[in-house]
Order: sequence, then structure tokens, then C-alpha cells
Amino acid sequence: MSTISFIWQFGEVALAVAIAPLFSGWIAQCRAWMQNRSAPSLTLPYRELRKLFRKDAALATDASGLFRATPYILFGAMVLAAAIIPSLATDLPFARAADAIALIGLFATARVFLSLAAMDIGTAFGSMGARREMMIGFLAEPALLMVLFNAFLLYRTTALPSLVDGYAAHHQTIDPSVIFAAVAFVMVLLAENGRIPIDNPSTHLELTMIHEAMLLEYSARHLALVEWASSLKLFNYACIGFALFVPWGIATHGAMPGVGGAMVLLIAILSLGVKLGLCGALLALIESLSAKLRLFRAPEYLATAFLVALLGLLVHLLLGANAHG
Amino acid sequence: MPILHAILASSSNGPASNLHRLLWLIAAWLLIGAAGMLRPRSLRYIAHLLFPLGALAALGVALTAGGFLVSLPASSPAAGQAAQTLILPLGLPDLPFHLRLDALSGFFLLLLGLAGVGISTFAAGYFRSGTGSAPGLLGLEYHLFLASMALVILADDAYLFMVAWETMALSSYFLVTSQHRIPEIRRAGFLYLLMAHVGAISILLCFGVMQGGSWQFTFQAMRSASLAPFWATVAFLLALAGFGAKAGLVPMHVWLPEAHPAAPSPVSAMMSGLMLKTAIYGVLRVSFDLLHVRFWQWGALTLALGLFSAIFGAIFAAVQTDMKRLLAYSSIENIGLIFTGIGLAILFDASGMPLFAALALTAALVHALNHAFFKSLLFLATGSVLHATRQRMLGKLGGLIRPMPWVAVLTLVGTLAIAGLPPLNGFVSEWLLLQAFLFTPQIPYPFLNMLIPAGAAALALILALAAYVMVKFYGVIFLGQPRESSLSQAHDANWLERLGLGWLALGCILIGVLPRLALWASGAVTDSLLGERVHRGSFPWTIAPIAPQQASYSGLIFLAGILGVVGVTFLMVRLLAHGRVRRTPAWDCGYPWQTSRMQDTAEGFGQPIRHMFGAFFHMERELPSPSDPAPQYHIHIEDRLWRTLYLPIARAVQWLAEKIGVLQGGRLAIYLLYSFLTLLVLLVFVL
Repeated sequence: MSTISFIWQFGEVALAVAIAPLFSGWIAQCRAWMQNRSAPSLTLPYRELRKLFRKDAALATDASGLFRATPYILFGAMVLAAAIIPSLATDLPFARAADAIALIGLFATARVFLSLAAMDIGTAFGSMGARREMMIGFLAEPALLMVLFNAFLLYRTTALPSLVDGYAAHHQTIDPSVIFAAVAFVMVLLAENGRIPIDNPSTHLELTMIHEAMLLEYSARHLALVEWASSLKLFNYACIGFALFVPWGIATHGAMPGVGGAMVLLIAILSLGVKLGLCGALLALIESLSAKLRLFRAPEYLATAFLVALLGLLVHLLLGANAHG
Repeated sequence: MPILHAILASSSNGPASNLHRLLWLIAAWLLIGAAGMLRPRSLRYIAHLLFPLGALAALGVALTAGGFLVSLPASSPAAGQAAQTLILPLGLPDLPFHLRLDALSGFFLLLLGLAGVGISTFAAGYFRSGTGSAPGLLGLEYHLFLASMALVILADDAYLFMVAWETMALSSYFLVTSQHRIPEIRRAGFLYLLMAHVGAISILLCFGVMQGGSWQFTFQAMRSASLAPFWATVAFLLALAGFGAKAGLVPMHVWLPEAHPAAPSPVSAMMSGLMLKTAIYGVLRVSFDLLHVRFWQWGALTLALGLFSAIFGAIFAAVQTDMKRLLAYSSIENIGLIFTGIGLAILFDASGMPLFAALALTAALVHALNHAFFKSLLFLATGSVLHATRQRMLGKLGGLIRPMPWVAVLTLVGTLAIAGLPPLNGFVSEWLLLQAFLFTPQIPYPFLNMLIPAGAAALALILALAAYVMVKFYGVIFLGQPRESSLSQAHDANWLERLGLGWLALGCILIGVLPRLALWASGAVTDSLLGERVHRGSFPWTIAPIAPQQASYSGLIFLAGILGVVGVTFLMVRLLAHGRVRRTPAWDCGYPWQTSRMQDTAEGFGQPIRHMFGAFFHMERELPSPSDPAPQYHIHIEDRLWRTLYLPIARAVQWLAEKIGVLQGGRLAIYLLYSFLTLLVLLVFVL
């Protein structure tokens, strides 16, 4: 573990924190184009954050310390996750702190804190949002775990850096199970980040909202941190997807300083940018093509994701059994 | 760590010194209990002198057991055989009390002692004078309960084991029924006693099978007996049924949600945190130590029962409206997780994969330890809430974080821990269990290796459901607006109660941040039972059970990372922006007549679960009509098993009793006839 890996580490975290709102802005822009609306500026999320940070925070009279601490904890959890996920390089000092399963745990921590904060004020919408968010959470986690299980079967590891390295070692064969896993992962990503088939990030219609219902009482800098954490969460999920399914360009072990290192860095940043651009367009496309589901259709949607992932697992096991037998 | 190591190691010299010391500590518990009877009505004497002394003895038990575990040679093949034994001149003439301290009993004594410290400290501040049993009597039963649990774990022959087991059941029965004037509590106590004895009969039969024709009832004889596969399976099934009844494994769980809420909170904490673990100990002792073979079918059965119990417990916990019943169902869930780990361990062991078996067993052991901490913490916290508000129903609580900040913060630690969130301890064991599941496709039995991975998904569902349940538990009790006006007068816990809660919360944090502490203790057990221990990674703050490239986790980096970012962010926000705050009323969505009754109730929070898992429940619902001037909503949820399994059995027993009751004619001549006939039959046998 050298100095250079710490530099990669901090560079990666700084990049993630800096461009996560840009990614959200890009998705909003693509959505607007596809829906034939005039698109908001790419930098709109940054300007919104600046506006929110300047305002005075309005806190409900009964808000407890938990309510005030939660935005910071959410932001902290998402930045830590960004430090663990290999989005640019795999030789990261923080990456050994958690494998992919522990990463799901970290996201769950953030979700529980947000739900508790939503219940803190004691308005009807807050607790309704908390209940729905936790429901989506427990429906999504089995599917996500099956996706990781599949990755484990392919590369005998759940540590994301080792997964990327393993992929780099034998990427010439693509196991068919990966396709199932990828479909399931995208479905989970949409659900976990409050995107369209499950939740609509741009609605404040009381009866349908989930994520926004929990944020109703937040304002100013607290809201800014929560929004920033949400865009970081989406960015993190996208990067987990890249590490699992399209880890091209990520600097693997042995990325060294010097001219070669600069090249590797350039390739890593460029490929991340291209992947984020495509991913954002794809998400916008999915969101434009699909309608929001009724809340109690969400179990069916996530059960589908789970079954797709399980199918991938069975495909792998059956093919593997044939290969061995 | 090295200093702690040195202190612990220096306290263990001599062949059986740890065992001797433990016996003295158990005797001290009995003495403390008996001393309470000197002045049974003096609350100050009992609560402020005897219970703290009991807590000290518990600390002694934990240190002694920890010292013993340290003194075991680490990761050598002979580690398993290091044990201290002692024969007491008590008991039956030809079967004196045998005692044995080995890694397994050391681990469970450590658990008992560590959690016992917190519970006894809390209890010192908890008991109030009032209706129910006298404080002296409670103290006697309480310390007898502790001592008998320690003896169950130390017993090395079936006779002492059963004596201690029964003492444990009876003393806890009297503790449960300390408010015996309330009919529901008497009924709950009866159900508990009944199930305890059904289980005890099963365990007794299990020992009867395991002696294998030698008629020697020491555990040593059972270890050397070689049973035929059929009889070994019978013994295992009896043990699973008997200990499962004590642990609350579905379908033998019905007593748990009745007895736990009925008992005073420190007793609920002891029953859930500690007593259920003696059943886990029993299963491990029988299946991994006393029986010399293990078959994969046992593992598959245990795994299936464990997963089903866990799902069942989580779903039922989500729809409860009584906070202690909710925790009781959550205990069923956690016991299910522990049995899942044990089942996996048996499965791996029978498939000849000792390292993976050690991983699964480690997960089960660490989860048992964790559960002792966080479930005790939460049950004790409900006690504080109960004292402050006199309410057990979630629907009448709310907003307690403001009048009771200490209890609220310490409970938050327990809530996050039991929800399985990093960087607290619950996550460590659940992570280990998931890691163990990842290796199940390598099990060499076709179909099983494809079926069990789906179990991992069930496990993920259970863990996320547990988080749902705990958000409900904490959110409804401590957050939001008080649902009753009397709640604003609630008072925080006293300093002894805070100390007890704080001790347990500290344990949750410490094991979560430095999971190696727990792995070190469980490593001694897996060494002795399976000859393997999981690797622990190259840094003291990370754990990597199989290999660092495969998977690793570090609670310390998690905690430091989150706290570091939180600190930096806070400073940046304050420096670059500002910290101005304006207090306003909450946004009312344009409807200014909101009341605190419009928050989600406990029923409301459980509604998605009722909707999705309706098949599990027997529901009776009264919905008001739209034109009703005084609308009433009422829902009653019952366990389907109660109607489909227990009531038929109860009716059958009743029917049988009535048939046999015919014999009781009530006339002297008939009884004399019976005696005469018995004599005749006996004579026929003799001649």
C-alpha cells in the first residue's frame, strides 16, 4: 500500500463527490430531450446546491438531534461507499474495508437513518415515506444479493477490486448468467434510487411519492446534503454496475506512477466518463419508456428482478455442472 | 489487546483453577440470592447491594471464562482437547456431579457473564416495590436462574445437566409469574412451563438414546459410545426438538411471545438474551461434541427449520403492536438465524469441508453473542419506557427521544445493531453467515447445491425485514409526536439503568468495530469442535474469514470513515456556508388541524407486511363503514399454527384425559379393586 494508492483513493473520492450532481443533471437533461421538453442546464444541480447552502435552515419545532445529524450521516455513508467502490482503480486502501455485501449494508444504514429521520417530525407523510422506503428496501435486497452471488460464482470473490481484476484476467468469455444478472441489477438500481417504475424523483404528488415524502421537512443545507447524498448514491450504484459488468478501463493492480501511470489515469477517467454518459442516457430512456407502477405492484416488479437473478444463477450452475460432468 | 491478554492469561494457573473459580462465583450467586431472604421486603438492601454484587460476580464469570479461552493454545490440533474437569461429591450415589470447562462452555459462559453484567446492573435500578413477588424472593429467583444457567453450561453428565436445566426452567417460571395476580400472566407462565417440560422430556430421551447401552450417563461415556446411524439420528432429532422448544424454533415457539412480555423487563432480557442461548449450547454440545457422526440430512433439516423460523419471526414481529411481543418475535427470528448457521455448519462438516463449516459455526456463535447484547439491551430499554410511561402498546407511545434522551440514544445503538447495520455487531455475524452461504454451491449433493443458494436470498429478505421491524420499533416509540398527552411527563432512566444499558451498547459497538474480538473467542470453539478456525486477515482491524482477496470487512474503517466524513462535512458547511437555524412548525400540507394521532400507527407500519404475507396470518378485521359517526378500527392477528397445531393437540389431550378419567370412579371399593388387580398382575410377572 503505497502513497500512490492513497493519491488514487483521494482523487477518486473527490471526483465522485464532484461529478455526482453532474450525473444527475445529465440524466435529467437526457430525459427532457427524449420527452421533447427543453432541457435544463447541466449545471442546474450545482446551482440548486449553492442556493440551498446559502439559505437559512428551517427546522420543525420538535426536530431532534437525530433529524439534524442524518443529512451528515447520509453524506458520510455515501462518500465512504464511493471510497470503497473501484470506479477508477482497484488498488485502493479503503477497498479492503468492505466487500460488495458490506457495501449493501452501508446503503442499508443510510436508508434506515433517512427513514428514522423521516419519522422524527411526526407528520403523516414522513412516516408513510419511511414505511414505503423500507418496504422497497427489503424487496430489493434479495435480488441484489443474488446478483452478487452470481458474481461470486464466476470469480470466487465478493470484493469489488478482486472482481474487476478477475474480469480483466479472463474477459474473453462472457458467461450467459452475467446478462441475467445485469438485467436484475438495473431493475434493482431503478428501485433503490427512487427512479421511475417505482418512484418518481420529480413528483411531489402526495399519494405516490416515496423518497420525496421523507425529505419534506428538510430545508436549506440539510436538504442540500440529502440531495447530494442521493445523487452520490445513484453514482455509486452506477459504479458498482460498471465494476460488476463492464469493468473496462478501470486501472487494475500494477498501475504505476510515471508516464504509464498518467496514461492509465487518462484511460480510466475517459472510460468512466463514457460509461456514465451511456448509463445516464439508458436510465433516461428506461424512465421515459415506462410508467410508474402502483405501489403494490412494486413487489411484483422486484420479484421479477429476483427471479431473473436467480435464473442467471441457475443457468450458471447448470452450465457449470455440464462443463464439469 | 496484549495487556488484556496478559491479565487474562496470568489469572489462569493450575489445572482446574478456572473451573474452581467459576464454581465459587456460581456459589456466590446462590449466596447472594439466599441473602436476599434475610430482609425480603427491603428494596434498598436487595436492589442497591445484592444486585450490584451479582453484577460483579457476572463480571467475574466473564473474566474467568475469557481467561480460560485465552489460555487455550491457539490453532493447534491439540487445542480441542484442553479441558478442565472436576467431580463434585454431590448427586446420586453412583453418579456424582461431573463438571467440565472446555472451549464451547467457555464461550457460552463468556456470553452469560458479559450480558449478565449489564442486565444485573440495570436490574439494580429497575425493580420497584409494589404488587407482585417481594423483592427478596425476586432476587433469589433471579440469582438462582443465573447460577442454574451457568451450571447447565458446565455440566458434564446428564443428571447434573437435567437438574440444572429444570432449576433454570422453574426459577424462570417463577420470575415470569412474579405479577401472578394478573390472569394473562398466569396463563403465559403455564404455557411456558408446559413447553419447557415437553422440551425437557425430549432432552431426557435424547440422553437415554445417547448412552448407547452402556447405561453410563456421563458425557464422557456418551462421547465414546458409537451409535448406529439410525440411533444417532434419533438422538439428534430429540435434541433438536427438545432444545428447539427452549430456543423457540418454529413450530415450538408459541410460548415465547406470551412469556417474554409477561415477565419483568430484566427477566425478559435474561430469558431472551441468555436462556435461549443455553438451548443453542445444548444443540451444539449434542451435535458437535457428544455425537461422533453428523449427516448432511441433519444439516438440511436444521437449515430449513432455521430459515423458516427466521422468516416467520420477522414477519410476525412486523405486525405486532405490543413492544415486548415485537421483541419476542424478533428473538424467534434471531434464533432462526443462529440455527441456520448451525445447519450450514453440519452440512459443510458432513460434506468434508471443515473450513467452511468453521465459517458457518463462527457466524452462529458470533450471532448468539451479538443477540445476547442487543436483545438484552432492547428488552431493558422497554423496561425503562414501561416505567416512564406505564405503556406497552406501541399505539400509545411516541416522541420519547425528547423526554428520555439517554434511553433513546442507547436504544438507537441496539436498534441499529439488531437491524444488522454496519458498523455495529449485528452486521458482523450476518455478514459471516452470508459469506458461508456463498460456498454452498460447492456442496457435493446435487439439487441441494442449487437449492441452498436460494436460502441466501431468503436470508437477505430476513435481514432487510429485520431492519423494517426495527425502524418501526424505534420510530413509533421514540420518534414523532407523543400519541398521548401524558407522555411529555415521562422521565429518563436512573443512573444504574443507564449504566446497564450503556454496558450492553458498548458491547454492541465494540464487537462491531473490532470483530476480531468475537472471532478470537469463537475461534477457540471451532478449533475444538471442527479442528479449523477462520482466518482473520492481515490487519487487526479487518476480518477476512477465508482469504483477503475473497472478502474482507473492517468495522473500524467504516466507523472512522463515516465519522471522518461527517466531521469534515460539518466543518466545511460551517466554514463555507453558515449554521443559521430558524424554528418553525412542521409543514402541514395546507391542513392545519393535524393531530399526533395522524402519524403512522404500529398497525399502519405493519400494513405492507400484512398485505404481502397475508398467508401467514389468521386475521380478524373490523372496518368501520363510511357513515359511521364513531368509527372503530380493530384488527386481531393470530398465528395460524395456534389453531392448526396447538388447539387440536390440546383437544386431543383433553379427550384422552376424559377417557382416562373414567377410571376415577370416586368410590373406595373401585380403588381397592385396582390395587388388587395391580398386585395380581405383578404376581404374575414375578412368578
